[in-house]
Amino acid sequence: MREILYKNALVEAMREEMERDEKVFIMGEDVAIYGGAYGATKGLYEQFGEERVRDTAISESAIVGAAIGAAITGMRPVAEIMYIDFITQAMDQLVNQAAKMRYMFGGRTTVPMVLRTEGGAGRCIAAHHSQSLEAWIMHVPGLYLVMPSTPYDAKGLLKASIRDDNPVVFIEHKMLYGMKGEVPEGDYIIPLGVADIKRKGTDVTVVAYSRQLHVAMEAATELEKDNISAEVIDPRTLKPLDIDTILTSVKKTSKLVIVSEGYKTCNVASEIAMLVTEHGFDLLDAPIKRVCGVDVPIPMSPVLEDAAIPNKQRVINAIKEVCQ
Amino acid sequence: MKESKKELVGYLRKMMEIRLFEEKVMELLARNIIKGASHLYAGEEAVAVGACSAIKPDDYITSTHRGHGHCLAKGGKLPEMMAELCGKATGYCKGRGGSMHIADVTKGNLGATGIVASNIPVAVGAALSVKMRKTKQVVLCFFGDGASNNGVFHESLNMASVWNLPVIFVCENNLYGMSVAAKRCSAVKDMADKAKAYDMPNMICDGMGILDVKETIEKAVKRARRGDGPTLVECKTYRYFGHSRSDPRAYRTKEEEKEWRNKCPIKQFSKKLTDNKILYAQEIAQIERQAEEDVESAEKFAVESPYPDVKGLRDDIYAPSPANLLNGGAIR
Repeated sequence: MREILYKNALVEAMREEMERDEKVFIMGEDVAIYGGAYGATKGLYEQFGEERVRDTAISESAIVGAAIGAAITGMRPVAEIMYIDFITQAMDQLVNQAAKMRYMFGGRTTVPMVLRTEGGAGRCIAAHHSQSLEAWIMHVPGLYLVMPSTPYDAKGLLKASIRDDNPVVFIEHKMLYGMKGEVPEGDYIIPLGVADIKRKGTDVTVVAYSRQLHVAMEAATELEKDNISAEVIDPRTLKPLDIDTILTSVKKTSKLVIVSEGYKTCNVASEIAMLVTEHGFDLLDAPIKRVCGVDVPIPMSPVLEDAAIPNKQRVINAIKEVCQ
Repeated sequence: MKESKKELVGYLRKMMEIRLFEEKVMELLARNIIKGASHLYAGEEAVAVGACSAIKPDDYITSTHRGHGHCLAKGGKLPEMMAELCGKATGYCKGRGGSMHIADVTKGNLGATGIVASNIPVAVGAALSVKMRKTKQVVLCFFGDGASNNGVFHESLNMASVWNLPVIFVCENNLYGMSVAAKRCSAVKDMADKAKAYDMPNMICDGMGILDVKETIEKAVKRARRGDGPTLVECKTYRYFGHSRSDPRAYRTKEEEKEWRNKCPIKQFSKKLTDNKILYAQEIAQIERQAEEDVESAEKFAVESPYPDVKGLRDDIYAPSPANLLNGGAIR
């Protein structure tokens, strides 16, 4: 199969959905002429014009609010917030309006919108451009949360997100845009809430998503020489969360390690660990381990930045500990 | 007056309904039949009724935490509204929203909100949608003087102006954001002046005079439908009750309240109708009695309606999705 870049898989998903449905449009900072800060909307302005690919002012709250207003009146906006760190500027719109409208209005409206953004460390751009804030989003009823780790998942999940009638927060990772992978041409959909077993194994279950999925995969490969067989599961969407696939794996391995780039306190991993405890305490032979970002504002210096997020060695250490 | 007698009677009736509804809500709050918070619209009736009579049924509005008047003026029904305030299953939002979340999206009421200023960008988005769908609708965006000091007001006016959108920003300046007087927290005296930063036309009208509001909004609606873009209209008005039921109103004087009571939009308009021999005093009294009866029967409907079934607590958080888009067994 042909291989394309993660960012181009995103472009392709939006292009196909915009060709399929004229209600789909894009708005955000630098999404049109510039093609998106990370190139994820490149070429769409040239194809669809300024009416459907809209550069906005640096007004995050108005971007998200306008997407909501358009969504509840018949359009299907795909809004972009350049860095998830900037979501703070739009949190009221996302959390109080987009997430709650349907429920508060008695189920009499739908908010079919996608909020694309990116997160994660790795480019030495420090505390305002490197965070992994997905736990904030996962906390809120009414939102879906999608975090693809591969070009294939990125395309299929973005298409599902655009077609779904709910507000979806779609978080990409800045270190993945340049990653190549197999992506079919044309239409395919990956449903929300279906985890993917990225590597089969028998001794330990490792749950990881977004960029950390690849860190976990490297760790799993390296552990082969120690005769540890790790099964690596990518939930792909954190809400809805496919807990069944994780539990099925833990039933086989009896051990669980969860990897996340977000701050350790109240991390997504905490929730997954609790769910496994609630639904599968008897399946476990060892305490669950989590490998998370350190509770620190992400520093700029490459040495400090590396130390603030999980890496292969930390994941290997955690796996070895639970496999002892 | 260019309006027909039927139209004029309709405006009067609607303003009376709002006033009587709010007085009834005050009573039901005191009797603890309505729980929670209700921000009452009494005093400001001319704004909602005047503005909504300048648009068509398929146009949109966005409302505020003080939104009962907007909802009724946009064609909202008294029984469903009262039931919603009482938290009943028959309310507009199945009792989930209460006073601050009433919406009727299919009728063009895109909803009230509990967060000041938060609906302003939503109105801009609705106007963007109108423009992209080429439907010639307009959006009336209600908000207060307090909201015009919030950041998203400025983001939204800028965006609406840059994109030349069919939205009318209707600032209900009732002089206070909760307890803080606009003159103590806004750098400009007239909120309308804030449009100047966004190269947007602005107008000021007497928010206690329904026909002045209507005429002013009509001009703005005309511009919007022509494709000439947004307008900011400031309506000078006053809320008769406090911010909410727990408000002792220590920040304003009895004299000031009396002065604005004398400008009562309903009394003013009633006088205009009798002075112009459009209605007799007895007819006005009869209209008021009918409105009273409707509010009474709304109360009865609300009180007799059942509370929502707790089994439905988590219904409607998400819109249903087909199986090819969603694994229904996943946790959400």
